[in-house]
Order: sequence, then C-alpha cells, then structure tokens
Amino acid sequence: MREEGIRSILVNSNPATIMTDEEVADVVYIEPLTVEVLERIIARERPDAMLPTLGGQTGLNLAIDLAEAGILDKYNVRLLGSSIRTIRLAEDRQLFRDMLTEIGEPTPASEIVETWEQAVAALDVVGLPAVIRPAYTLGGTGGGIAYTHEEYERIVRNGLSASPISQVLVEQSLLGWKELEYEVMRDANDTCIVICNMENLDPMGVHTGDSIVVAPSQTLSDREYHMLRNSALKIIRALGIEGGCNVQFALAPRPDVVPWTGSDSAARLPYHVIEVNPRVSRSSALASKATGYPIARVAAKIAVGRSLHEIQNSVTEKTTAAFEPALDYVVVKIPRWPFDKFGTGDRRLGTQMKATGEVMAVDRTFEGALQKAIRSLEVGGRSLLWQKPEWTSEPPLDATDERIWAVLAAIRGGMALAEISRRSGIDPWFVERLGRIVEMERVLLHDELTPTLLHQAKRLGFGDREIATLADWLPERVRSAREEWDIRPAYKMVDTCAAEFDAVTPYFYSTYEAENEAVPSDLDRMLVIGSGPIRIGQGIEFDYCSVRAARALQNAGVQAIMANSNPETVSTDFDTSSRLYFEPLDEESIRDLLANEAGEEGEAPTSIVQFGGQTAVNIAPRLANAALPIAGSSADAIDLAEDRGRFGAILTSLDIPQPPGSAVSTIEDALSTANAIGYPVLVRPSYVLGGRAMEVVQDAGELRRFFGAALAENTGAVLIDKYLLGAEVEVDAICDGVEVLIPGIMEHIERAGVHSGDSMAVYPPQHMTEEQRAAVVDYTTRMALAMNVRGLMNVQFVIAPAAKPGGPGVFVIEVNPRSSRTVPFLSKVTGVPMVQIAVNIMLGRSLAEQGYAGGLWPEQPLVAVKAPVFSMSKLVDVDTFLGPEMKSTGEVMGVDHTFEPAVRKAMIASGLEIRPGTPFLLSISDQTKDESELLIRTLHEAGCRMYATPGTARLIRSLGIPAETVPKRLNEAHPNVVDVIRDGIVKAVINTLEGGRADVRRDGFHIRRTATEARIPCFTSIDTARAAVASLASPGSYEVRPLNEYRDPSTIAPAHR
Amino acid sequence: MSLIRTSERPRALLVLADGRTFEGVGVGAAGHATGEVVFNTSMSGYQEALTDPSYRGQILTATFPLQGNYGIDEFSDESREVQVRGFVVREMTDLPSHWRSRSTLHQYLAERGIPAIAEVDTRALTRHLRSRGVVMGTITRDETAEEALARLRREPDYAEIDYVATVSTREPYQFRDPRVVLELPEDGSAPPHIVVLDLGVKRNIMRLLRQRGAAVTAVPHTTRAEEILALRPDGVLLSPGPGDPMLLDHVVETARGLIGRTPVMGICLGHQVVGRLFGADAYKLKFGHRGANHPVRDELTGRVYITAQNHGFAVDGDHLTSDVVPSQIHLNDGTVEGLQHRTEPVFTIQYHAEASPGPNDTEFLFDRFMSSVRSGDAVRHAR
Repeated sequence: MREEGIRSILVNSNPATIMTDEEVADVVYIEPLTVEVLERIIARERPDAMLPTLGGQTGLNLAIDLAEAGILDKYNVRLLGSSIRTIRLAEDRQLFRDMLTEIGEPTPASEIVETWEQAVAALDVVGLPAVIRPAYTLGGTGGGIAYTHEEYERIVRNGLSASPISQVLVEQSLLGWKELEYEVMRDANDTCIVICNMENLDPMGVHTGDSIVVAPSQTLSDREYHMLRNSALKIIRALGIEGGCNVQFALAPRPDVVPWTGSDSAARLPYHVIEVNPRVSRSSALASKATGYPIARVAAKIAVGRSLHEIQNSVTEKTTAAFEPALDYVVVKIPRWPFDKFGTGDRRLGTQMKATGEVMAVDRTFEGALQKAIRSLEVGGRSLLWQKPEWTSEPPLDATDERIWAVLAAIRGGMALAEISRRSGIDPWFVERLGRIVEMERVLLHDELTPTLLHQAKRLGFGDREIATLADWLPERVRSAREEWDIRPAYKMVDTCAAEFDAVTPYFYSTYEAENEAVPSDLDRMLVIGSGPIRIGQGIEFDYCSVRAARALQNAGVQAIMANSNPETVSTDFDTSSRLYFEPLDEESIRDLLANEAGEEGEAPTSIVQFGGQTAVNIAPRLANAALPIAGSSADAIDLAEDRGRFGAILTSLDIPQPPGSAVSTIEDALSTANAIGYPVLVRPSYVLGGRAMEVVQDAGELRRFFGAALAENTGAVLIDKYLLGAEVEVDAICDGVEVLIPGIMEHIERAGVHSGDSMAVYPPQHMTEEQRAAVVDYTTRMALAMNVRGLMNVQFVIAPAAKPGGPGVFVIEVNPRSSRTVPFLSKVTGVPMVQIAVNIMLGRSLAEQGYAGGLWPEQPLVAVKAPVFSMSKLVDVDTFLGPEMKSTGEVMGVDHTFEPAVRKAMIASGLEIRPGTPFLLSISDQTKDESELLIRTLHEAGCRMYATPGTARLIRSLGIPAETVPKRLNEAHPNVVDVIRDGIVKAVINTLEGGRADVRRDGFHIRRTATEARIPCFTSIDTARAAVASLASPGSYEVRPLNEYRDPSTIAPAHR
Repeated sequence: MSLIRTSERPRALLVLADGRTFEGVGVGAAGHATGEVVFNTSMSGYQEALTDPSYRGQILTATFPLQGNYGIDEFSDESREVQVRGFVVREMTDLPSHWRSRSTLHQYLAERGIPAIAEVDTRALTRHLRSRGVVMGTITRDETAEEALARLRREPDYAEIDYVATVSTREPYQFRDPRVVLELPEDGSAPPHIVVLDLGVKRNIMRLLRQRGAAVTAVPHTTRAEEILALRPDGVLLSPGPGDPMLLDHVVETARGLIGRTPVMGICLGHQVVGRLFGADAYKLKFGHRGANHPVRDELTGRVYITAQNHGFAVDGDHLTSDVVPSQIHLNDGTVEGLQHRTEPVFTIQYHAEASPGPNDTEFLFDRFMSSVRSGDAVRHAR
C-alpha cells in the first residue's frame, strides 16, 4: 500500500506479529478487534476505505458487523476486496448453494429433515452413503455416516432425538473423494488467474488444515485440472471478488465410488464445490510460499484498484502479476499437531481443525519433499522410521495425526499397497510413493552403502540420521562419506516460472541434482536460524525476532541469510532476507547450507541461534561441535544456563538465591531430593521449552507418577525444585559483555505454578517494591555478565518474601540466554528495539556505541497486559486448566494508561470479557476460598447472579449473598453443572483447582470442557478471575489510540531518534 | 521401486549441438532421437503435448519433474501418433494412478518407438536453453558424447525441414468423434460446414467446432483456395502446425484466396501465415513460448487471458499492413498474439484456444468464429 502512496492504518490485538511493528503501517493500533474499538478508530482516523480480506475470518466477521451497525455508511468508509454481498454469499450456506446452482456448479446434495418421513424422501435426493448431522448438538453427537438403509434409519432416528430442535441435515457423503484446492485472483477488470492448485493426500473428511497437502496436484489429468480451474474462475467471477479467493473441491476418484453417475463418465467424473473463502486464507499463505507468488501483496494492490497486468512480478522484475506460476518442483505441507503436549487429546482428525501450525518442504521428488517435511516437524525424535510398538501387522489407517507413519508401518508389515489405499482412501499414487520409500529402507538395511545407493537414498529424501540408523553407521560417518563421494545437495530457486525467465528472488530449496544456483556471495553475511512450525510453546513471537534480526543485519550492511521450514511466517517471505533457504531446521540441513555458503574454500557464515526459539538453540551445540561459528552467546553459555549443576554453582558464587532443588536421573534421587526440600515440588525435564511434562507435585505418590513422564522426554536429567508460591516476574535483558540493558520488568497476574506463556503479564509491575525491582535488576545484570551473554537473555523470578525473610524475597527460577516470547511485547510497549540492539552487539557494537546505557529503561506511562489465547474448543478431551505445562497458542495485548482498562482490553481481546450482570458458575477449591471473598462481593455488586457447587455456594451464602446450588456430579439431579452451561443459564465460569492432584482435576473436567465448548469465559486461576472481576468493578471508559501515543515521547530509543 | 529400477536402466545422454551434455537414463524406445530441444513449463498434459503435431522435429523437455503420474488414456491423443522426436524428463514414473490409465508413459513411448531420457537435471537444461536459445540435440544410449555430437552435426537442422508436409493429412476426410454428437439445426437445414486446412491440426480444434454444431472437413496443406471453396465451406480454419512459416508460401497463397470469400480463423501457424499475407514476416524467438501460463492481453478490453502456447516463431508486428490490427499482445514480451482484419470476418490467434493441454479461458473464440460463420450463413440464405 505504501508503494501505492496510500497511508495505511493497521489494527490488530496481537503484539507478537511483525505487522503490529510500527514500521509496517503508517499508524498502528494494538487494540481489541471489536465494533466499538473499530468505530472509535474510524471516527478518529477517518479512513477512505477498509480492507478486511487480509485478516482472516476475524477481518471478514468484523467487516460484516461494522456494516450491519451502520458504521461504514456513517463514516463513508468503502469496503475493499470483497463487498458485504460477496462475504454473505460465501458465508451463508443457502445463499452460496443458490449462487452455485445459478452458475451451474455442483454442490453435494443435502436436505434438512425433521421427521422420518421427510428423511425417506431426502434419501432419493442424497443417496447412500449419506452423512447425518443433527442440528445443535455438541461435537456432532448423534450423527454419523450411513451406508445402508438400515443404518440410515437408525442414525436419522437417533439424530432426531439427539437434536434439541429435532432437526438433522442429511448430506451426500463424499467420504473418500479427492480433495483439491485452488487459489484464485481476480482484478476489477475481470482478469482471473489461478495461483496454485493443491491436492490433499488425505481424502475428503479431514479438514484441509489438518491434511497433508501437495502442490501442484499430482494425480489429476490435464482435463481434470482445467475442469476444476474453470469452476474456480467461474466462482470468483460470480462472487465479484477483487483480490484473492480460495475454492475447495471434492473430485470422485474412480467411477465405482459414484454409482449414480452415468452419462458423462466417459470423459470425466463428477466434482463438487465444498467451500469458498472470499479472502486471503491459510491456504493462500501456503500457496504463496509454494509458488513464490506474493498473494497478499498483489491482493492488496488489486484492492486499491490496480489491475493484475499493471502490477510487476517482483520475482522476475520483467513480467507482470498477470500470469499463472509454473512449478518445477513438488511441495509438501504437513500440519503440526499439539498432541505431543496433549497426550490425552482425541487424535482423530475430522472437520474441526486441530493443528497449531505447519511445515513445508520443497524438492524435485515427492519423496524428498515429504521426508524433508517430516524432518521439519520436530516432533520429539519421530523420524520417518518411527512407529508405535503396538502397530503390528495391521496398523490403524483411519485419519489421525499419526496416519502417515501408520501407512509406512503397514507397508513394512507387508500389507498390499492396494489394500492400504482402499482402507485409507489415500490415492494409490501416494501409497506407491510411500512404498518406494519403504523399499529403499530395505535396501539400506541389507545392502552395502555405496556412492550410487547413497545418492539414490538422498534423492528420495532420506536424512543422514535415517540412513545411519538403517545402515548401522554413525550419522557423522554418513556425512563424511557424502563429502568423500561428493554427494551434496544443490540448491534451486523458487522463481514462479520454472526457469523460463531469469529471476531475482533469492529463495532456494535443496535437492540432489547437478546444477547449484545458490552461488555463495562474497559479501559479509550471517545466517538467522528460524523457529520452525508454530506449536504450543513456540509461537509466532520467534518469527518476529527472526524477521527483526534479518532487518537489523541488512541495516548494518550485512547480508541476512534466513533458514526456516514454516510457510505461515513472515521470515519465509522472500523479501524479508537477502537469501532464503526453505529447509528443515536440523543439523544436517543447516550444516549443508552453511557448507554451500562457504563454497569451495571460503568460510561458513556465522549463525545466529538466539531468535529461533528452542529449535535454533538446540542446533547450537551441534554447530559448535562441527567448529561452525555462532554469533553472540556461545553454545557453552547456552549449556551453562540449562545445566542445573553448572548454573547452580554460578548462582551460589554470585550469592543469588534460587529455589532449592537439584537435577536427578533416578526416582530414588528424586524422592530423596523432594524429601530434603519439602513438598510441593516442581518436576520438569531440562532443555525443554513450553513446560512440556512439567508438574507441581504434592507428595511422593504423585512424584512417582510424573517422574516417569518427565524422564521419558529423554532430554537428560529431570529437575526437582522447591515449589515457591509467589508472584512470578520476568525480564528480558540485553548484554554486550560490559553492560546490561533491561527494557522492562513484567509481572504475572497468575502466581507461580501457571506456565509463564499461559500467564497474563503486566508491564510495568503493579505490586513490586523498590527493593524487589532493584534485586531483579541487580541479579539480572550480574548473571548476564557472569554467563558471558552476548545478546538477549530472559530471566524468570518468583517473589516469595516468606520463603526467605529479611531480604527482597526474589528467587531465580530460570534463565535462558536467548530471545523469549515476551521480546516482541516488551519491544513494542517500551519502544526499545531489542532484537536490533542484540544483533548489533553480535556484530561488535556495544550498547554504549549504540547510544544505550545499562540498567532499567525508563518506565513508560502506560500499562500493558499480555494475555494468552487458547484453541481449546477444537481439542476434545484436553483439560483446559492452567498449570505448569503451557497450553496457549497465541497472545493478545491490552494497553492503556492505567491497569484496569488495560486488563479489560486484554480480557476483551482474548475472549474473556465479562460484563455487569453476567451470570456466573463458581466452583472454587478449598485452597482459594479465602481469597475469593472480594471477588464474590464484586460479582454481587456488579449484578452477577451466582450459581455454585455445594461447597462454594455455602461460602457465598456465608457472606450474605444469594447463590443457587448446582450439583457437581453429573448423575445427581438436574440441572447439574454441565446443564447450566449448556443451556446458557450461566455465561461465565470460575473453576479453580488445587495443586496438581489428577483426581481433583477430573472433578472439574466436565465443567471446564463444557464451558470451552460453549465458548464462554472459564477462569481456572483465581488470580485471572480476580483481575477480570476487578475490571468489572471499574468499567469506566478505555482509551483507543495508536501505540506510540501511550509511550513517553521523551524516552525514544536511540535507534528511532 | 521406480528409481531403483531406473538405476537398472541403461545410461543415456542428451548431447546438444553446442557441446553441452546431460546425463540420465534411457526410457521409452531404444535408439537415437535428434531434433530441436525445446522446453514446456506446463505442469500437466504430457500425453496431449507429445501428440501435438506442432512438436514435430523437436525433442521436448518437461520442466515439471514428475511425468507419467496419471498414465496414458485412450482419449488424450491429439493426433494419430506421438509427434515429438524425443522426451526429456526429470522423473518418469512406472506407477501411474488414474482410473482411465491404460498404460505407463514409458510403455507408450517404447511401443511407438520414441526414445526418451529420464533423471536429467531438466532445470539446468531449461536454464541453458533460456540463456542460449533453443538448439539441436540428440538422445543416445550407445555412444560417447563425442560420437553423438559428431553424428548430430551430420544431421539436417530443424530450420531446413518443411515439417508441415510430414504431419498434414494426405487425403481430405470428414472429422468424426463418437464422443461428440453433432447437433443438427432444428429447422432441418444442413449444419454449417467448416473446412480445416490441416497444417498439423489437433483433434480438439475439430472437436470444439463439432461441439458447436459444425460439420468439419480436414484437407491437406496443399489444397488450393479454389479447391477449398468448392467444398462450399461456411468458414475455414487455418490450423496450427510445426516449423518455419517462411517455408509455407503455398499456404500464404491459399489464405489469400480465401479471405474476403469466407470467414477465416487462424491458430498458431495459421496465424503466422495470415501475418505473412498482410506484410509481416515471421521471426524466430530465442526459446519460444511453450506452456500453459502465458498471459495475453486483449487490446480492446484490456482483459488478460491465460493461454496455452507452443510456438517458436512470431509475427513481426512492425510490418503489418493497415488491413489488420494486432488485436492481442503477449504481456511478457509484447509479441503479437492475435490479428483482426479491419473489414473481413478474419481473425487469428498465436496461442491455442483449443487448450488440450492447457487452460480454456479463450474457448469462447470458437463461439465467436461460429457466430461469424452463422451470420455469413444467414446472408447466404437470404440471397
């Protein structure tokens, strides 16, 4: 937009993204995305137009709400991209069907029925197999797929009784059909193009976000490809979209799955239009990275009136944006699911998306792309060779996150490929390719490793580690054999045109072929190692840091080389870095690309590992072992922070307190440590981000139970620490070896015990004494210097004065000499460009040379609250309580001049808003009952009717406040706790639990799950609830203004002066 | 499997006339294949491309690395035989998957005597061709690179051969296709009659005309204008075909005799012939346009269409007479993509509106042709 001379105003509630950086748009608001806030921004800024189609479903929904509220008309704001009519056409099922019928495009037959007689009639339209979906039942209860008339009758009758309004939708089943997607663009001149088509390896029935996706389609004939292309173009024209759009299709794979087709079967099989997104979507991001075509950029230009042929193709700089990318490689995307953290979650995949992120890999063979994608997933040691011990001859082939491994296991077990294809619905082409991988496994197992064989294995994407396992070599020996035999990857360019034109994009992928296009440059350059797929514990914050690092390098005149495997990121935009390697972030790929950058005689560029989360940090020691240079803090400094013994020794020598504890590797040592320091204790594996397998345990029995899980993480020792109940405080610091700059201190609203990533964090701290602040600054400074940190460091403290009377009561819990997830938040609220300063330090410029002094940065006259966002409603069977194990997948921010409105905004933005009069369900544990009095009184004063479990109801009534008792157990009377939530009697829940006792958790599980599925606020920490309720008590107005206006203009960072 | 099996296949070489050699394995038929080496960037449609007569005399390189995925079916041949001299691919699968597939690509080529080479770094080859221009080359399994190069230098150059004579039908014939029922006019009159001057026609052109209610007759390239008019056509289509249009003086003369007497549509080589008739020589492009993603702008509407293209020569727009206007241009390099006669019902396109393979964006041009045919029809009947 800036290129077009347009002043842009951006609003988003997410502080972790690059887009809310103040350099991206002309004005940036980090405010909740609500109609009220948007109206205030519109009234203040008076924009000519609004572009909602780049903000996902949130943007579209907000556009509709603003239009319906008359705000767009009132302020004369034009809607760009998609009109309200278009959005409605695509979103409203009936309007959409009518539109498709009008333009002659097929959709699956469906009928709404309310009686068995109607259902019989519907069957004539829909045919068998049929999908039965009861209306208004949670999780599709009472529905199913009927293959026979008997099943049909049984399921329909069940569904009618399960539905509270006795209504079911009967729909033609497309189970097992191929699923395809087309990314389409259209300009106001009606020029339409297809950017990319994609084929799901998983057939219909699995959400496309949960499917393994291949681009371009592999099993479609030219005729079929263009049949669907024609349909996609027809649809975007009918919708009148100016910009991008995504169309999903189901295509019959064989005549036998569509017995009722007849006439046209000689030429082509039937297809159906499944869904249209009239906006830039997750698939668009993938398509952009898969093709090199910058969809969002072009969509924005179209929205402001450009024609496709007037927009330059920034890849070739010779041609225009009006063309269709030609790929000369294969792209495979694999979703990243959170089941490594949610072991109890339902792993079955269906219509509800469960993945938190995705990886993409590019190669010139399908097998290579698939195997590189699997290597990119970073699921604890799960290589392609992984299989579950219980998978014997017939592994389960239904759709789960583990299916690709199950298919491989089935092939290894000897199941016929055709049978696998029949059972899984996966096209034989893909199964045959997996068969080829297994065949190579067998050869590697039995044959001598020769140059020819090794070369073939590499072409099929086998990693050195897998080859080593199969050939019974050490991985390093495979690597040296490759060097000796000159088997190394070549890097080819993603250029949108299959090499037809000379392209200028420095976007590369590895493949085992002859010609290398990524010729090393002789300019100064450094490698930024990215953070891989978005997962719980490692979100978009680290991509923010990687992007900022690349910019900082370029600003300093150093070429930034980026390595990452995640297509959803800004770091993998080809114009973010000087050169992009789309590669797995493992030792092999990083060393290969460093070797390529080194060239024949040159030196490998220095790697920056501080910004890519644990992914990049984990590579540090491997690079160090291979004598490859690392910028900033050394691999040894990183190890120092993670090695309990060494770290403890440093703290002791510095006289800095930490909770007592030690690192152990046997249960006996664990028990004796716990006895010595006293329960409760915190149990966690070392070297793990996001608190995986971390628990607070109350007694020896629980310790026994959780110790095994922590040890199973296989990261070395298990840490046993005294659990100190107190306020948690966190700082990010920047050290140049001489001075330590602390941009700010953040205080957590939830007390220690809730993972820092799931806590609400407040800047500046609201409850710390001067002495405590001084201690935090002092400890941080001395630790950073003692550990020889160069760059960023994150420290977590617990403040528990009672644990050590007489002092400030500040204890160090954890130190990480790297970028943390609070860096973007803190950078934005303080205005200190932390990543840039850290990168400059790595380049040899001290803090002083950059114009900064050590110590705490001047506190800003604002209060900012960072709140976690969860995607729990999609993860059936996962308990939503907050604990030491991180569960959130994103964050929002509320900022204002004082605490209450800032918290209120954070609550609104994270979906926890409560208004006066909201009826509550309370179930408060004994431990927190004493602290709940004020909360209960405040609720009462705010006119909130209270429903409570028996013990809590007694507590409320003892305060002289009325409460309705609701049975806790589901088998007692009705309405019980679940009923009051489901029936909408209560609109918010407070359900706290004590300690880590699993049996107690089970009691509240139904309450929490039901609240989550009903999408109402559910507070599981008394601290969060108190903060939310406190904001209820002072509902006064909040500010809406650009972020920089909250800050103190007299403390602008030197970098921005 | 396939890769491991291809390792058991014979080594093969692609040797270019400029001395550059690419290694791979031999697939398809044994023996030598010599021709002009060109590349196509389309990601699907190999069977249609291999049987497109416009590729006569050429060795086709597919830039998309996986070829043969959906096998070979009985409907996708665009002519009677495989037209390419040879096929160069990164990977040719032995494991196709498609309900229509009747054989593998390898078998198909082997049975028709067409040598091919797989496991080639086709991207490196494409980069070479794009910077150097298209070049003669040969596929071999039983020679050294030096031997193959020496042999290649003895063979005639692509430019010297009139390939149209080798692909055009020898006898006139009426096009029939059991899959396309010819719908007769409701008033009982005879359907419009389109004569296709076969310079190397693709079946889908005739199929699309038949779908639009035309009876189609294909005639040899040597058929003179008077002979064509004697067939009482309601319109004439000058077809695509292979090779240098400067070798086709006789076809230019035929076109001259048709224009003004019947509606004419020209496609690809047919377009270049009409260009010559109106003053513009054809010139050879460095590496041509071959693919399914070529953007063409209609100069009247400003709208851009994505087209399938397959040509090595272009019409020199600077020397056209004022009888015709360049109605469409290629967005990437500004070459002439379409001509419209100012007064007569004559239009031509450089690209392949018939697709097969490729996008169907411009199929409406056949409707436009048929409507000019039908209005001429109306005039004739009124007389």
